[in-house]
Amino acid sequence: MSRYFGRKLLIYGLTFFVAVTINWMIPRFMPGDPVQSMLARANIAQPEAVEAMRAHYTDLFGFDLPLWKQYANFWAALFRGDLGISIWLFPTPVTDVIARAVPYTLGLLLPAVLLSWIAGNRFGAFAARRKWLDNTALPIGYVLTATPYMWLAILLAWGLGVVAGVLPVAGAYSFAMRPEWSWDFAGSLLQHWLLPFASLFLVAFGGWAIGMRNMIIYELEADYVHYLQSLGASRRLVRRYAFRNAVLPQITGLALQLGVLVAGALVTEIVFSYPGLGHLILQAIQNQDFFLLQGTFLFIVIGVLIANFVIDVAYVVVDPRTRIGMGGAA
Amino acid sequence: MSLTVTDLRVHYRTARGDVQALDGVTFTVADGEIVGLAGESGSGKSTLGTSLIRLNGRMRHVGGTVELDGVPLPIGDSAAMDRFRFRSISVVPQYSMSALNPTRKIGRMVAELLASRGERLDPAELERRLALVGLSSDVLGRYPIELSGGMKQRVVMVVSTLLNPSLLIADEVTSALDVSSQKAVAGTLLGLRDKGLVTSMIVVTHDISLVYQIADTIAVMYAGRLAEKAPADVVVTEPRHPYTRLLISSLPEVGVRRAERRLDGIPGAPPSLLDPPEGCRFRDRCPLAYDRCAERPPFAEVAPGHFVACWKAA
Repeated sequence: MSRYFGRKLLIYGLTFFVAVTINWMIPRFMPGDPVQSMLARANIAQPEAVEAMRAHYTDLFGFDLPLWKQYANFWAALFRGDLGISIWLFPTPVTDVIARAVPYTLGLLLPAVLLSWIAGNRFGAFAARRKWLDNTALPIGYVLTATPYMWLAILLAWGLGVVAGVLPVAGAYSFAMRPEWSWDFAGSLLQHWLLPFASLFLVAFGGWAIGMRNMIIYELEADYVHYLQSLGASRRLVRRYAFRNAVLPQITGLALQLGVLVAGALVTEIVFSYPGLGHLILQAIQNQDFFLLQGTFLFIVIGVLIANFVIDVAYVVVDPRTRIGMGGAA
Repeated sequence: MSLTVTDLRVHYRTARGDVQALDGVTFTVADGEIVGLAGESGSGKSTLGTSLIRLNGRMRHVGGTVELDGVPLPIGDSAAMDRFRFRSISVVPQYSMSALNPTRKIGRMVAELLASRGERLDPAELERRLALVGLSSDVLGRYPIELSGGMKQRVVMVVSTLLNPSLLIADEVTSALDVSSQKAVAGTLLGLRDKGLVTSMIVVTHDISLVYQIADTIAVMYAGRLAEKAPADVVVTEPRHPYTRLLISSLPEVGVRRAERRLDGIPGAPPSLLDPPEGCRFRDRCPLAYDRCAERPPFAEVAPGHFVACWKAA
C-alpha cells in the first residue's frame, strides 16, 4: 500500500515539477515586453525618467538576470510562498490577487463537478432501464456532452439573459453592490452564479449520464447479475450491485475529466466576466503579467493534482480489487 | 415425482428467425435422482438447464409445461418464477468463476442475497456447509478475487444450495477445471444429494465419462431433442440410439493405444436449428437411416426406464 502511494506521489511530484517549469517558460517566451507596457501606461515624456523607471522595474522583476538565474530564483521564491508582484495590479502581490479570485472559481467549479457527476450517474442509471427515456435522453446527452462550454454559456447568456432578461449575464454580483454580509448580496451572488454554473453543469451532466448508462447496461449483463437473478434476488439488490460496480470507471473518468472541466470553467468565467481564475488568466495575458499568469497556472496545476490524488485514494477505498492487487503483487 | 417436463419448446430469437434450440423435450426426474444431461455443443442441453430456472432475454418459451413437486412452474414469466428460484429450484451456473459480485465480501453478499429473499442467515449452518466442501469460514471475509477458481466454484455450490432446493441444475460445472478438480466437484455434487441438501439434480455436461460416475440416469440430447434416456450403465454399455452408440464408441478407452486403434468421430455436423429438417434430426449422419426417418420418431420407452427416439430401436 505504502509503495503504491509512494510511487503515486513520485509521479505527482514529477508532474508538478514539469508543469511549474512550463508555467515559468510560457510567459517569458511570449511575444511582448511587460516593462515596456508598464512604462507606456505611466505615460511619461521625459527620457531620463523613463530610463530610470525601466531600470527600476527590470531590477524589481529580476529581468536583468540571466534566464537560469531567474528560473532558480523563481523556485526559491516559490518555496517561500512568494509568487511575485502582479504587473497588471501593481503593486499587489500575486498571492493576494489569486486569493481574491479563488473563492469564485471554487464556488463555481466544485458544485458543477460534483453535482453533475452525482446527478449524471443517477440519471444515466435510471435512463438505462427505461426504453422511452433511453431513446429520448440519450441523444440529448450526446448533444450536451459535445457542446463546447463557452458556446453553451453564450447560448444561455443570450437566451436567459439578453432575450428573456431573467438572469444577469456578467459579474459575480450586481455592479451596484459592494461585497458585504447581507441577504441582498447573497441573493445577487446566487443570481449571477446560476448561469455559469448551469452551462458547466449541463455539459458535464450529459457526459456522465451517457457513460453511466452504458456502464449499467454492461453491468446488468454481467455474470454475477445473471447469477443473482437466477436465485431470485430482488431487483433492488441487483440494481444496487450494478450501480456500485458501474460507478468505479466513472470515478476514473472523473480524474481524467478534471482538467477538461477546469479548462471549461475558465472559459465560462470569461464569457460571464466572472471574477475567478479564468478571468485572471485573460487579464494576465492581455497585460503581459508574467507573475500573475504563472501564479494562476500554478494554482490550477496544484488544484488538479490534489484532486487527482484524492480520487486515487477514493478509488482504492471503493474498489477492493486495487487494494488486494497492491498487497499481493507489491 | 420431482420434476416433470412435457413437450418443452424454447426458441432463441435472432435477426434471421427463431432458433429451435429446444424442440419438444419430455422427461421426468424422480426424487433423489441425478440425471446427467449430455450432448455436444449446440444440442440444447444448456438451454434446457437454464430455461428451467431463468430464460434470458433472447429465449422464448414457445410451448410445453414444467411441473416441480406437483406445482406447475411459470417458466415463461420471470417475475412469477422468482418465488420458486433458490427455494425450490436452484442452479450452479456455467460461469461459477465470475458468478460472485467482485466488489462485495462473500459473507456480506450471501447475507444480502438471503435478506432480499426474506430469509434469515444462519451463520453456523453456513459454516457447516462450507466445511462440507472443504472451505473454512475465512472465505466469508474475503473478496472473490482472493479465491482460486475452484474455491469460487465451491462457494457458489454452497450458496446455491443454502435453501435446500428440491432441484439443482449444475450447468457444465466441471468444464473449466482440471481432471483432479473435476473429480472433486463430481464428488461434491454427489455429497449434496446424499446429505439431502438437494433432492434431485440435473447435471448438464458434454463429458459423458464424468457424468457416468455420478449420474443415476443419463439423457443424451441431439439438435434440440432428447435422443435417449436410460440408467447410466445402460447408456454406456448398451445404447440403442445410433447417435449414442457412435458417441460412446468415440470415447477413448483406457489401455487402448492410439497406434492400435484410431479414435473415430461421427462424420458430418448437426443440422442448423434455424430451419431444422423434418423427421429425425440425426438422419443425415445416421448409418441406419431409412425412409421412415423422414417422420419424427417418438421418444418411446423400449425397456423399463429406457427411452429412445429412433424407429430402428423400437
